[in-house]
Amino acid sequence: MPRLTLTINNRSVSARRGESILSAARRSGSDIPTLCNLGGLIPAGACRVCLVEVAGYPRPVPACATRAEQGMVVTTDTERLTAARRMIVELLLAERNHSCAVCVMNRHCQLQDLAARLGIDHVRFAFISPQAGVDISHARFGIDHNRCILCRRCVRVCDEIEGAHTWDVDGRGAASRIICDLAQPWGTSTTCTGCGKCVQACPTGALFEKDAPTQKATIDMERLSEWRRSRK
Amino acid sequence: MKTPGPKDKGATARGGGLKISVCLGSPCLASGAAGVLRALRETWGEAPIAVIGTGCMGPCSRGPMIRIERDGHPAAYYERMTPQAACTTVAAHLAGAPPGQGRLAPDFPFIARQTRIVLEQCGRIDPNDLNSARAAGGYRALAHAIGKMTPEQVCGEIGASGLRGRGGGGYPTGTKWELVRAASGRRKYVVANGDEGDPGAFMDRTLMESDPHRLLEGMVIAGYAVGARDGFIFVRGEYPLAAQRLGAAIADAGKAGLLGRNILGSGFSFRIRLRIGAGAFVCGEETALMASVMGRRGQPVIRPPYPAQRGLWGGSTLINNVETFGCIAPIIRNGAAWFRAMGTPGNSGTKVFSISGDVATEGVLEVPLGTPLRELLAMAGGVSGGSFKAAQTGGASGGCIPAGHMDVPVDYESLKGLGTIMGSGGLIVMNDQRCMTDVARFFMHFCQDESCGKCAPCRTGTQQAARLLDRIAAGEATSDDMSQLEQLCRFMQETSLCGLGMAAPTPVLSTLRWFREEYESHVRDRRCPTGVCAMEGVPCRD
Ligand SMILES: Cc1cc2nc3c(=O)[nH]c(=O)nc-3n(C[C@H](O)[C@H](O)[C@H](O)COP(=O)(O)O)c2cc1C
Ligand code: SF4
Ligand code: SF4
Ligand code: SF4
Ligand code: FES
Ligand code: FES
Repeated sequence: MPRLTLTINNRSVSARRGESILSAARRSGSDIPTLCNLGGLIPAGACRVCLVEVAGYPRPVPACATRAEQGMVVTTDTERLTAARRMIVELLLAERNHSCAVCVMNRHCQLQDLAARLGIDHVRFAFISPQAGVDISHARFGIDHNRCILCRRCVRVCDEIEGAHTWDVDGRGAASRIICDLAQPWGTSTTCTGCGKCVQACPTGALFEKDAPTQKATIDMERLSEWRRSRK
Repeated sequence: MKTPGPKDKGATARGGGLKISVCLGSPCLASGAAGVLRALRETWGEAPIAVIGTGCMGPCSRGPMIRIERDGHPAAYYERMTPQAACTTVAAHLAGAPPGQGRLAPDFPFIARQTRIVLEQCGRIDPNDLNSARAAGGYRALAHAIGKMTPEQVCGEIGASGLRGRGGGGYPTGTKWELVRAASGRRKYVVANGDEGDPGAFMDRTLMESDPHRLLEGMVIAGYAVGARDGFIFVRGEYPLAAQRLGAAIADAGKAGLLGRNILGSGFSFRIRLRIGAGAFVCGEETALMASVMGRRGQPVIRPPYPAQRGLWGGSTLINNVETFGCIAPIIRNGAAWFRAMGTPGNSGTKVFSISGDVATEGVLEVPLGTPLRELLAMAGGVSGGSFKAAQTGGASGGCIPAGHMDVPVDYESLKGLGTIMGSGGLIVMNDQRCMTDVARFFMHFCQDESCGKCAPCRTGTQQAARLLDRIAAGEATSDDMSQLEQLCRFMQETSLCGLGMAAPTPVLSTLRWFREEYESHVRDRRCPTGVCAMEGVPCRD
């Protein structure tokens, strides 16, 4: 397999051709934070918390969605990047209603983890507090839009791995909203197979299994996607 | 190959007759042009008098506009015509005593000082009549390009002309064409970007409504040059007339062998289909536009790969702005050197601007690149309702030019130097009654509404920035809010996924650069210097 060499945080790293900066960095011990990325899914480059600096590039690039190139010089941890990551997490916390105390994912949530890792102890911005709504019409699962950060992991896992494409995004900007089929209650969905992959993929408590708090991220999407590819 | 011999419908108008043209552009139709045309046709529609409907003549806010031409006389333009006034005016012309009422001076600067290359035939030909377009030289460049030039030569000629994309970025068009030409793969596509979502921009609408064949001709030449067989025109849903005229033009050109299979007997085939937008500004962004053309949700994806590498259905795709395509035929007809002789080095040719706001005449102007802003204002009859305060270029992605810089040559680099962009050509003039923090607030709300919502910095950043600007307008902001606003702006520029989020802060940063004291009086003194923002505890929200 063709290989290439790049520099990440002053360390020389070898990578497969086509591999992302994120995966090369992780292997070399530089842990770049992520939110919207999930191994095995096509990267969306949407949350921007994995931004890294590449020498010669005018702007930071998302490590999850940018390929490692021969000779690249990457820095993952500058002051500018940390400031940007803090800003993103604060903005996400202010956007909907993240009441950790009553969340099924409290202490297992990737948004909460990231806030802690970045040392965020207050939010500079006004809490927008929209009435985002909850849908618990499905027999086993629920979605609480108040906790959704619009990372689209559910949309992608259901489309790319399960092949059901039950979820999609409706509206735009602040009005963006995850919808089920044609914006109908999840319980009435004709496409959902009840596989639970979306619940597993969700980084926050937005998608949850009823009466079974905080057992998530048990499925290895990377494995699943490889299995799916090998079937083709 | 034989150059097609057009049939000249306008011939009856010659030989001493009168030729009366009525503008049927959207603005003139909105002010009653259809009634004027009907009345004139009923009263005078017979030889040797010809009454034709045309596209936009330029000074749209003075519509309905008509033009009367008589051999041996300079054309006379009349503004704000009613059906009755138009008939009386024609009668007076026939009697040899042209009236003064409603007549624009022969050297009316809005019309007389334009250099019309792209808009050459706008307001002259009947956009619904292929013969009218061909009589005026339409499709001659196409015949020449596919008859006498190789695709390499066409790309080379466009490259040598120095033409840069008119959609805002100013990327060299020849380089883009060459990239797509050189790309491998059987399926390639040509896309015309007619989304034109910027507030205050209506240049592309004008061309599509007034001379649709010019766009088609440019696209077919592009298809030949890059080796594509399929083209799409993406027109925003708010432009039904443009879509209708383009649709008719595509059908007519197809019947005449100028589009479709075996064009002009050359063996080259190219087909063009229309796609109508559904009202999202972000669909003007090229990757979102392509997603929309393919029937997907119109939201941007990360580049690279660029459209030239991987575009529609995975094929190499050439995407250019409508006006960029409008420049192609004249370049092929007259040569690259002719085009380069206009404008300034590095900024060849002309640019179309739509000027609106506080000016005596609003409408569409075409001038050589590098023309000073002051001259554009003078052509529009100067500022109305007060003295000049600023001009916004580039719409919601651009910034403003203050009074001290009115002599700036309008070209890509000079505008960048002032912290704004050329953008697609919208030019909004503001007089001293306008509050600049209110302007910034308007554009931020626009970006908040138009953000596609995919990436966190743009979706959430515009929401918070709009709130901060609301607080400033309401006299509730603190100096902390001000520094937070500036931080947010730089953050969005650096981290957003696509051009919308990256450029959303530009109006704020630009007004801060030139009018910081206005922000300060809102924040420190809780006072709006122009009185636009309602203070004293009355928040001026929407
Ligand atoms: C948010 C956004 C909106 C845009 N809107 C338009 C538009 O309405 N028309 C257009 O031609 N280009 C628009 N562009 C630029 C296009 O992405 C693209 O660069 C352009 O169509 C390329 O054509 P050109 O090289 O001829 O300029 C927009 C870009 C962004 C980021
Ligand atoms: S449970 Fe499975 S099929 Fe149903 S929405 Fe979630 S991922 Fe899709
Ligand atoms: S529901 Fe969960 S996975 Fe889906 S977009 Fe929201 S946060 Fe992401
Ligand atoms: S910058 Fe705005 S419009 Fe562009 S991808 Fe991000 S959210 Fe969507
Ligand atoms: S993890 Fe890379 S952009 Fe979200
Ligand atoms: S639309 Fe009539 S002059 Fe522009």
